[in-house]
Amino acid sequence: MKIVVLIKRVPDTASVFQINDAQDGIDTSRLKFVMGPYDEHAVQEAVNLKVAKDGEIVVVTLGGPDAKDKLLTALAMGADRAVLITGDGVDSLGHRGIAEALAAIVREESADIVFAGKQAVDDDGSQIPERIAEILGWSHASVITRFSLDGATATVDREIEGGQLTLEVPLPAIFTTEKGINKPAYPKLPNIMKAKKKPMDETSLESLRLSATDLCNKVSIGQMSLPRQERLTRILEGDNNTQVAELVRILKEDEKAL
Amino acid sequence: MPSDIMTDLFRLDEDWTVEQREVIAQVRRYVDDAVLPCIGAHHNDETFPEEIIAGLRELSIFESIADQSLAPTTYGLVNRELERGSSTLRSIVSVQGALVMGAIQQFGSDEQRSEWLPRLGRLEAWGCFALTEPNFGSNPAGMETRAEVTPGGYRISGAKSWITNGVRADLAVVWAKLDDTVRGFLVETDRPGFSASAIKGKWSFRSSETAQLFLDDVEVPASALLPGATSLSSALKCLAGARYTIAWGAVGAARACLEETIAYLKERPQFNNQPLASHQLIQYKLAWMATEIVGMELIARRLGELRAQGPLDPAQIALAKMNNCRKALEVARTCRELLGANGIHNEYHIGRRMLDLETVLTYEGTEHIHALTIGAALTGIKAFG
Repeated sequence: MKIVVLIKRVPDTASVFQINDAQDGIDTSRLKFVMGPYDEHAVQEAVNLKVAKDGEIVVVTLGGPDAKDKLLTALAMGADRAVLITGDGVDSLGHRGIAEALAAIVREESADIVFAGKQAVDDDGSQIPERIAEILGWSHASVITRFSLDGATATVDREIEGGQLTLEVPLPAIFTTEKGINKPAYPKLPNIMKAKKKPMDETSLESLRLSATDLCNKVSIGQMSLPRQERLTRILEGDNNTQVAELVRILKEDEKAL
Repeated sequence: MPSDIMTDLFRLDEDWTVEQREVIAQVRRYVDDAVLPCIGAHHNDETFPEEIIAGLRELSIFESIADQSLAPTTYGLVNRELERGSSTLRSIVSVQGALVMGAIQQFGSDEQRSEWLPRLGRLEAWGCFALTEPNFGSNPAGMETRAEVTPGGYRISGAKSWITNGVRADLAVVWAKLDDTVRGFLVETDRPGFSASAIKGKWSFRSSETAQLFLDDVEVPASALLPGATSLSSALKCLAGARYTIAWGAVGAARACLEETIAYLKERPQFNNQPLASHQLIQYKLAWMATEIVGMELIARRLGELRAQGPLDPAQIALAKMNNCRKALEVARTCRELLGANGIHNEYHIGRRMLDLETVLTYEGTEHIHALTIGAALTGIKAFG
């Protein structure tokens, strides 16, 4: 059985974000990057499946050389092999192009199952795995909280408003993972040291021979800005009388609420 | 941006290998997720943090020590990150790893290694290192614990004190005088005559199980003797391994104090509604601490390089341990002061770190003992023992 896991290198959401000078993106120069938190569950689910049913896990991402670090994390967690789609043009791909590129690798790998996080936590596009299912003509189930496999049929749970949905999905299929599905284990430190010895292949975007339509990014970012700070916290100092007087002054003069 | 990037002015974290960065990230994640949320309560309640052990097992830190898969500097970074959580956590690891597994690795027979290292590595067995005694701390050569030859092996009697992990240990590495020579013995703690009692009432290291051990005519087989440990210097070699982890750990403790303090000072306004961090005297202290921390880390790194080249000289270890523990404690005390009254409250980690660093300064060789080791190396004149 061949399991492909799609992961993405994303900024740590604990970071403080700043907008770049051109105001069309995030200033990434001093950001800390991690594997998408939902992707970790995808990798863990693949590892759990491999332990139960055997098979090979191929972890795939798309990006620049820095993305290799996160492939290494997945290899340390238990993936067998990694593929990085890289080279000219990867940074400017739109959702369609990314989905086409990843689908090409999934097809090339003859995968039986694909796991991916339910969303990356950067632009929250939440559509790549579903697009891949569409491109390949596969079944898919999103935001799953339980996965089990019997022969060529997977049974998965999804949490829905006020209840739970259980789906039976014929393979090949693509699944996106929600947090509750498993608890990702910390990679063993000896496995981190061994991870670099596992195969990591680089595939150029060009070699996938995507069409101009696939590569065309129809959506562009006009402007990016930080959310307006709606609430300011002020701590009043002094004894009760001073604090109350200051509070009344703020409400009257600064906030014009009285 | 995360505060650690902000405070890393010298970009010390930038030239690690990809594996080292991953090791740092994973141990840090474990500390953030599993250790920091509960360790303060354990300090308050004087209880052992049982729930953090699962993560240690998952990370296989001890297996990496057993199979020596981490280079010295990478192993140092693990300790730096662990002590970012707690000095007691790093201590638990130093004792099990550097002292107990280290003693067996360096001085054990093949049988002892194959019997104990895998179990200790998987944390299926806990170990403790029994050198210090109620009457002999800095001068272990004076130890009163005795071993004598019996028809089946040895009989050991004596008392040991301040033994980390002593209550839960399945195996004690006991140092005792056989005739007049200090030798090491592997003593299972369920042997008749062996008992351990927790030392309660500590101001420091409250989440660490520190014990007194009593050996009352404990009989062990001949195979309990560590064949390679032929004198007190063998015990001191184990301590050198532990001091290496302490020198690195102190960097983590100091960095954590500074990061927590800067975050606090930027949040808290004082005088004209300006954050404390904007005041000159405070910035002076921050600058002093950041500079000291860079120095500490560079010393730890150099120690890692030297260790990768071969056995460390005792004076090198002494210098790193002495400097980094003293500086970490000074940083913690300064941070405590900068937090004002809040610095003494357990809502912040600073007070706990400061108290724990008092132990770190003292154990595994006090500052004075290390200074004498350095002094002897500098002058050729031994001023002690």
